[in-house]
Parts: sequence; structure tokens; C-alpha cells
Amino acid sequence: MIRRVGEHGLLVETGALDVSHRLDAALRAERPPGVVEVVPGPETVLVVAPGAEQGGLRARLGELLRRCAAAGVTEAPEEKDVVRVPVVYDGADLESVAELAGVPVDEVVARHTGRELVVGWLGFAPGFAYLTGLDPVLHVPRLATPRTSVPAGSVAVAGPYSAVYPAASPGGWRLLGRTGLRVWDVTARPPSAFRPGTRVRFEAA
Amino acid sequence: MIEVLGSGPYATVQDLGRRGLAHLGVPRSGAADEASLRLANRLVGNPEGLAGIEATFGGLRLRFGRGAWVALAGAPCPVRGPARAGMGVPFWVPGGGELALGAPAWGLRTYLAVRGGVAVEPVLGSRSTDSLSGLGPPPLAPGTRLPIGDAADRGGIGVDLAPLPGPGPAVLRVLRGPRDDWFAEGALAALCAAPYEVSQDSNRVGVRLRGAELARGREGELPSEGMVAGAVQVPPSGQPIVFLADHPPTGGYPVIAVVREADLGVAAQLRPGDEVRFRVTG
Repeated sequence: MIRRVGEHGLLVETGALDVSHRLDAALRAERPPGVVEVVPGPETVLVVAPGAEQGGLRARLGELLRRCAAAGVTEAPEEKDVVRVPVVYDGADLESVAELAGVPVDEVVARHTGRELVVGWLGFAPGFAYLTGLDPVLHVPRLATPRTSVPAGSVAVAGPYSAVYPAASPGGWRLLGRTGLRVWDVTARPPSAFRPGTRVRFEAA
Repeated sequence: MIEVLGSGPYATVQDLGRRGLAHLGVPRSGAADEASLRLANRLVGNPEGLAGIEATFGGLRLRFGRGAWVALAGAPCPVRGPARAGMGVPFWVPGGGELALGAPAWGLRTYLAVRGGVAVEPVLGSRSTDSLSGLGPPPLAPGTRLPIGDAADRGGIGVDLAPLPGPGPAVLRVLRGPRDDWFAEGALAALCAAPYEVSQDSNRVGVRLRGAELARGREGELPSEGMVAGAVQVPPSGQPIVFLADHPPTGGYPVIAVVREADLGVAAQLRPGDEVRFRVTG
């Protein structure tokens, strides 16, 4: 289903994150005329197109959605496309996460580095990526009282997600460690190391 | 160079914002009442998208280091400054001259354009201050110095006087959806039945409203999805929020309707205590 969002927006219901990622990639490759924003979410892709003829765009989005929903994994992912994030695991919440997860601290590290994660979408702050695919043992609730300031580069978990804080900000996620990798740099093009669909692997530094 | 002597309650540099970066979590930002910034720029012969100053509830006081053509649009403020200074007209401020805005008679946001534009360093292609993410220059404060761009290659000043809209009762025309089906039968009618009052905690992110509660017809949570300016988002309180320029690029509360683009400026000019009505037009 494709829903109207005001005069210039169309919200495509994909029903699944991987379909959102495929549709996002297809739209960025094709760049239909008039499209200024493509915003993937867990079950949708918002397309903002002030300059587009809506009937034609809606029909094209319908076609692309059918193709993306039907497609499986078409090609083996290449190792070079994985963003590797070196982490010093000395975060203030490492022990509380171990306690909540019911495992020793080194197993927290092993489970956090043991799987490839995928950027679901970005939000909360510029460059803040919700990384999906986290080991279920590490699914822990966020802090009851958020910190007023979390340093840039902090590596954290909350609920089913992991994240790297792109800049210093308040935050309620549990801190596992820190990375020197700059995931957000307004002078870089693109400014974010992560975009929806990017594959990420944490490594103990 | 323009030196800020006083900023009033809140003043920022704004242009037309950062486009095409919502998928990286970057709000669009830009002038909340875009039409007024565009008008002010036209009045001084600038391209419409050059950066100007967005003052909130007047109070702005500036000293000009060199002479410059200036124009003001948006919420009409009393203007103290050189001869012929006023709203909706281009006027010359000589080097060393000062300009001060009083409180607006109605409306909230007043735009100052200077020929050549405010030339602070752009961040991600825009000079706008984003109050949500902190991107762009900090809000203006006494002592802030703003460079003026080169005006040598600009066109002539072709308009002498621009008509300003009157106060009038505020009406926001909306298109239903995308998530009107998440609400109880009659919620859209309730949105339009009686005026809402603008709450004190409104800002550039959104206009928070108080009035008829919009009841959900569906349990559960909506997965986070892309948002647009003008979206009428309804949190669990049932009290709607109209998103403005600095809205978060994604959100998890259902949007019952979206304000027409032509009325976004009306929404941006609402001040706390004002009444506003909604009308569904499609």
C-alpha cells in the first residue's frame, strides 16, 4: 500500500526492513525525477517529491515495491562493504549489561563482536544509526535515568539495537565501550559512515 | 559585518535548510516561515534562498559595520532605525547604523534579509541553525558578528513595497493521512470541530496544541517512519503537534493529517495563546 503524505509525499509500506533497504537502494540508483528525500524506516519508505507528477511516481513506486518484495538476497555481500568499528570495551555500563544478560563481561564482548550488524535506519540525531541484528542475549533495557552527556564515539546497546554515538549528546543507552572511528563528520561527503543497509562489524581493539 | 546587540527571545540564521539528508538523521531545518524569508530576499534583490535572520517575537538589535540594503518580512514589528526603515520595504542602513525591532503586533517570526545574504560558514550545504540537532551556527547572542556576502553580482532591487498579510483568524488546511486509519471514528472531525490553543512549549520543532483529544482507534505502536513539515502528529496524550522546520526526520506517533504547504507559514507564525482551526481539504 502507498499512502499519501500531504501534497508532496508518498509513504510506501514495505512491511519489512530488508524490503525498505532494497527499495531505498533502487530509488537512489534510479533517482526518479522530482524526488528530494528518500527516508527508509523499519516497515516503510517515505518518498518526498515536490516536483513529481504523482500518478506516474505512484505507479513506478508500486512496480519497484513488487520487485523489491519478491527479491531475495541476489548477490553474496562483499567483505569490503563492511564497516569495521574498533572498540575499546571499557564502558561504564559493561558490568551492568553483563549482569542483566547473565553472562561474564568477556562474553558480552564476544557476543557484541560475534555478529555482523546491519544499519536499520538513522534517527534521534544526525548520524545516529540503529544497528539491527544484535545478539538477543545483549537485549537489555535502557537506563532508567538517561545521562545528560554521552561522549562522541561511545558504543552502546539498548533493546534490540546497538549504536555508536555520532556526537556528544544526552543518552539513555548502556555504554559498552568507545571507538576512535569517526562515524559522523560534517565536512566529509557523505557525512555519515553509516547509511540504511550498511553492514557493520565491531572488533575488540 | 553585522554586530548583534540584542537577540530578543530567540534569533537564528536561516536559509532554506538541508535537503536530501533526512535518511542520515539530519532535519531539514531552514526558515520556519519560508515564504517570508523568500519575500525579504526578493525585496533586496537576493536569490530567494540566501541566509537571513529569523527573529522570534522581535527584540532584535543590530549594528551594521558597513552600509547595506535590508528588508523585513513576516510578523510585523515596530522598527527603529534609519529613515524609511519598516516592514515590507527595502531600506538602506548606513555604515555604523543601528536597527531595532519591537514586539510584533501579531505573528511570531520576523525575517531580516540583507543584500548579499548573511555569509556565515555553511554546514552540510546550509547556514541554518537547527535547534533540534545543533547543526549550523549557534543562536544569535549579544556580540555575535555576522559577515555579509558579496552583493556585487546581485540583480537590481525591483520591488518598492510588498503587501503584508493581515492578522485574521488562523486556519490550517490539511490533507488527511497518512495514518488517519489509526484513529477512532470521528477523530478527523474532532480535529476540525473547534479551535485549538497554541501551547507555551511550541518551538521550531513543532507547534504544540491544546484542545479536543484525538482518540486512537488502534492499539499498539507504529514503527518509526519518515516525517514531513506540516505533519499533524498525535502522541499518546491525544493533543496534536504540527511539525515545523526542525522536526525529527523520523517519528513513531501516527500522523492524522498534513498541513498544506501554502499554510506552513501560517503555522510558523502562531504564538502561544493563539487559536487555530483545521480544515480538511482532501
